[in-house]
Amino acid sequence: MTFRPISLSLALLLTAAPVLAQETAAPVAPPATVQTEPRETIEGQLSQERTVIAIPALATPAVTTVAGLRTDSLGRQIAEVIAADLERSGLYAPLGPGSVRAITMPEVTAPRFADWQARNAENVVHGFVRTNSTGGLIVGCYLYDTQLGSELVRQGFEIQPGDWRRAAHKCADAIYSRLSGEAPFFDSRVAYIAESGPKGNRIKRLAIMDSDGGNHRFITNGQALAISPRFSPDYKKIVYVSYLNNRVRVFIYDVANGSQKLVTESGNATFAPRWSPDGTQILYSMAVGGNTDIYRISANGGTPVRLTNNAGIDVGGSFSPDGKKIVFESDRSGGQQIYTMNIDGSNQQRISFGGGRAATPEWSPRGDLIAFTRMGGGEFRVGVMTPSGGGVRLLTNSWQDEAPTWSPNGRVIQFFRTSPGREGKSSLWQVDLTGVNLRRLPTPQDGSDPSWGPVLP
Amino acid sequence: MTIRKTTAMIAAITMLAVGACSKKAPDTLPPAPEGTGDTGPSTGTGVVPGSQQDFIANVSSDRIFFGFDQYNVDAEDQATLQSQSQWLQRNPAVRVLLEGHADERGTRDYNIALGERRANAAKNYLASLGIDPNRIQVISYGKERPAAVGSNEEAWAQNRRAVTVVIER
Repeated sequence: MTFRPISLSLALLLTAAPVLAQETAAPVAPPATVQTEPRETIEGQLSQERTVIAIPALATPAVTTVAGLRTDSLGRQIAEVIAADLERSGLYAPLGPGSVRAITMPEVTAPRFADWQARNAENVVHGFVRTNSTGGLIVGCYLYDTQLGSELVRQGFEIQPGDWRRAAHKCADAIYSRLSGEAPFFDSRVAYIAESGPKGNRIKRLAIMDSDGGNHRFITNGQALAISPRFSPDYKKIVYVSYLNNRVRVFIYDVANGSQKLVTESGNATFAPRWSPDGTQILYSMAVGGNTDIYRISANGGTPVRLTNNAGIDVGGSFSPDGKKIVFESDRSGGQQIYTMNIDGSNQQRISFGGGRAATPEWSPRGDLIAFTRMGGGEFRVGVMTPSGGGVRLLTNSWQDEAPTWSPNGRVIQFFRTSPGREGKSSLWQVDLTGVNLRRLPTPQDGSDPSWGPVLP
Repeated sequence: MTIRKTTAMIAAITMLAVGACSKKAPDTLPPAPEGTGDTGPSTGTGVVPGSQQDFIANVSSDRIFFGFDQYNVDAEDQATLQSQSQWLQRNPAVRVLLEGHADERGTRDYNIALGERRANAAKNYLASLGIDPNRIQVISYGKERPAAVGSNEEAWAQNRRAVTVVIER
């Protein structure tokens, strides 16, 4: 176990004020007022009602070095990652370690609230970083309401030094969840396709990274085209399509040992793979004699089950979070539209109507919405609809925004945006359900086909 | 010949469905893209019989073109494929790769399925002309390997294609 939550006690703090001893086991009181209701309308303004949160560098009881990392430097870096996470959520206006004073170790549990009120901060994040006796780190994370002078969050993590970014994400998640009432999502990972080279001969490599672009790692070397990856729910495997040996086939890549195997042995092209929410099943599409249908197979292999059977193209698919239904796309009615079915293929029903075509449906982990790509007027836009096809809202507006993937809490969507023309490039973006908070994700090269996994355990 | 009848019928039906919808064939052929097997026209010197160079030099075109979201083989495509089938009859040991492609105005997975339709439509027509389908391997590149890199009607017309490539041994 390289990452484990711990309860913060006096012993861990070492230099904490004596008053802490009585507080350690006390339940956290709910705040009297929280000003951060998630906005539900696309007309919302990003600037309004963003809670100001001061996030000074985390303190350290003594500057020590572990694995080449100094605890004081880490304190600043962790605060920066927390501030960046909260800023990216669109709900908060963080004052990061570059714009507020540093804190002392005793302040961690006894904040000088007047100082932070003077900076107009409604909340303040304090924390500490120290080494433990086994070459690891202990990171403490506290959130306070400056007006009430109350503690809202207290979390501690015992981690390997290389996991310090995860401690920052976990702290940001705790703050975000406490203040917004939403489930966490920062401490999660993304698989995607890194792109380089000219438009007519792109090099496409499987790559993985943290949800904020950190800890980036290339998986494949680019000799064979790689497309449409999906992280398994436990992050141990990635299904994706490789053009290895001039074939189009779905492989399961093992992240730990780098081996890969075919999802199924077939002379036909297999593509568009998707995991079931429990990771035991994989959907894939297969073209037989030119006609594509959707199949389901155990992640361990075995006999595939054919789910669709008609002359149209049936492709893609995404399980509902309860694992009972599948949303997919089909052109059986003419152009691409979105359909749902039971996981045995029964009860196939079209749910998307109205103008344009609808493609790449992805069921929200919350179950309440389906994200999709709307094609019309020469543009692709990312939108959401309910599982019955109602309440369509388009969240983006560009030349080509394609292939939405959900944050673990179902509040944010990542997708890729392509620009037109000879020099057209693709890049990764994310947008929240208001459609207002739109951001580009940093990647070392161009990017496409993002696949966002669940919150890490 | 069940295959032949079926193919002809599908072609007739889809052509009917398309109606007056104008296709396609670009005025100028695109430059050969890298990495998908195209090697460009023959120089006329030292051409190995049965090679990709030989193929290019002796067929009317190595590719056929499709309308937007279409995969029917029309009269013009048939003439192209007939010239390819004649060459394939003269070179019975040669196997070919039929690449299906789509323009960039479709989503990725769907375009792979669409490229499969196009490559198989060309394969089926060659088979209807007597070419052993076992000599024809199909692969769809979807929108991954555009022959023309612009984002306009002319480029898209060049990219909605099925390209026959000799599998060199």
